[in-house]
Amino acid sequence: MDGRINIRELIMKSAGGALHRRADRIVSVFLLLAASISIITSIGIVLTLVTDAAHFFSEVSLRDFFGKNLAPLGSNPSFGVLPLIVGTLASSLLAMIVAVPVGLTAAIYMSEFAPAGLRNTLKPMMEVLAGIPTIVYGFFAYSFVTPMLMKMLPGLEAKNVLSAGLVMGVMIIPMVASLSEDAMNAVPTALREGALALGSTKLEVTLKVVVPAAISGIIASFILGISRAVGETMIVVIASGSSKKLTFDIMQSMQTMTSYIVEFTGGDAGSGTTGYYSLYAVGLLLFIFTLIMNLIAQYISKKYREAY
Amino acid sequence: MTSKANDERKSDIVYDVDNLNLWYGNDQALRDVTLDIKRNEVTAIIGPSGCGKSTFIKTLNRMVELIPIVRTSGEIYYHGNNIFEKTTRVEDLRTKVGMVFQKPNPFPKSVFENVVYGPRIHGIKSRKVLEEIAEISLKRAALWDEVKDRLHDNAYGLSGGQQQRLCIARVLAVEPEVVLMDEPTSALDPISTLKIEDLIHELKQTYTIIIVTHNMQQAGRISEKTAFFLNGEVIEYDRTEMIFSTPKDKRTEDYITGRFG
Repeated sequence: MDGRINIRELIMKSAGGALHRRADRIVSVFLLLAASISIITSIGIVLTLVTDAAHFFSEVSLRDFFGKNLAPLGSNPSFGVLPLIVGTLASSLLAMIVAVPVGLTAAIYMSEFAPAGLRNTLKPMMEVLAGIPTIVYGFFAYSFVTPMLMKMLPGLEAKNVLSAGLVMGVMIIPMVASLSEDAMNAVPTALREGALALGSTKLEVTLKVVVPAAISGIIASFILGISRAVGETMIVVIASGSSKKLTFDIMQSMQTMTSYIVEFTGGDAGSGTTGYYSLYAVGLLLFIFTLIMNLIAQYISKKYREAY
Repeated sequence: MTSKANDERKSDIVYDVDNLNLWYGNDQALRDVTLDIKRNEVTAIIGPSGCGKSTFIKTLNRMVELIPIVRTSGEIYYHGNNIFEKTTRVEDLRTKVGMVFQKPNPFPKSVFENVVYGPRIHGIKSRKVLEEIAEISLKRAALWDEVKDRLHDNAYGLSGGQQQRLCIARVLAVEPEVVLMDEPTSALDPISTLKIEDLIHELKQTYTIIIVTHNMQQAGRISEKTAFFLNGEVIEYDRTEMIFSTPKDKRTEDYITGRFG
């Protein structure tokens, strides 16, 4: 056509269309495969836990399992997990007492008050904190925090759940702060402007508009923090020890579900023994714990969601 | 270019803008803006995109300062008080000078909670009083009949036009003296636009309204005075019928006859 290029003709000539359609289909199969790997793995883990835990429960009654006495290596072994549940809840609760207020305050500061430049340096720095191996935190709790606390609390044992929980909280702060900050940052500026134009102070805008609008993300960050605390292992192994006595005294050593599993995979329990299978029972319990937590998180964030 | 009738008394002047200049970084957005705004009048601000009209009304309640790189010079007197003075609490100013934005921006809360947000933060706690405020404000915003049965539903379930009237009700709930409107109908359909225009007619009995609009017919329909902005300058400021019938400046004439912009 008078020397000009004919775009339509060029498009028709190139076989690109058909090729792209085929590639599209292949890519979607790959994506599906990638997605199923994590699902299949999860199902596999649950199946292993359930079948081996079933072994355990054929020998130990549920009643004994939820009992007070934990002495898996005695001549007459007993497998009451209440001490482990208390240890897990105590350490996680302590961690959240530290992580929730500090993390949320840091998030509010970064999202609403810090100048953009400062925010852009603070956030990556916090996220570096999240990358420190947990064994470092454990050692920090045992060799620094515990001795320091001992000066203030004379009755504190060398291994205690208090310092383990506090340090675990410090470890979780960046996670809570970063996820909450993301949630608040996603709140449209127009909402802030609307509130400011009504004569709100910055703090009122933050507490009455931004935080409520971001609440589902904020709660999700708390629950993820709790899940992290419940599943955390290294810090409690090192700093909280392995006392299997049922106690509510946070100045003493308590064993958590995770550190119990660590102790017994270390070779103390021979394969095929009840002690060996108890690992799976405790593992299953841990799994159910985190599952329930996630369900609660979903429920809460749906219920309080202020969709914008 | 300000036209001041001689019999205007000082108390009738709500805003006295004096040689206002404003820069975003190094870009000057407003140049020597000088004009008076009279009580209980509707003042329309017209002009092509980027002429500084939005910047101008955002300066009147100092919302423009949310952008960190903004600098200003000159004065704006609100009832004789310089709003840039350190002693002026910006929250107080914004309580007296409400603002309606281009896009409806209700909070993700119920209709009721939206309206009573302002009264609440200013310390009104009684449920009964708040309910009364909500009803009065929604009636003033001509929205009550449409929402009275769903006060506790989420505001995002309302149509765009209803959301914008809700935002107006939210502003009226703190009983401001001035209502700034930044192209309040540009995101709405013609019927919703008409409703808002009717509302503005009602509201000017009680409030002073300053409205930015892209729509010149709208300016003609609703305003007493019109200011034509171009490149950050006020080219002409006069009674609306004068601007549209016998503009004094060639550029105003070109703009209102659609020759540019």
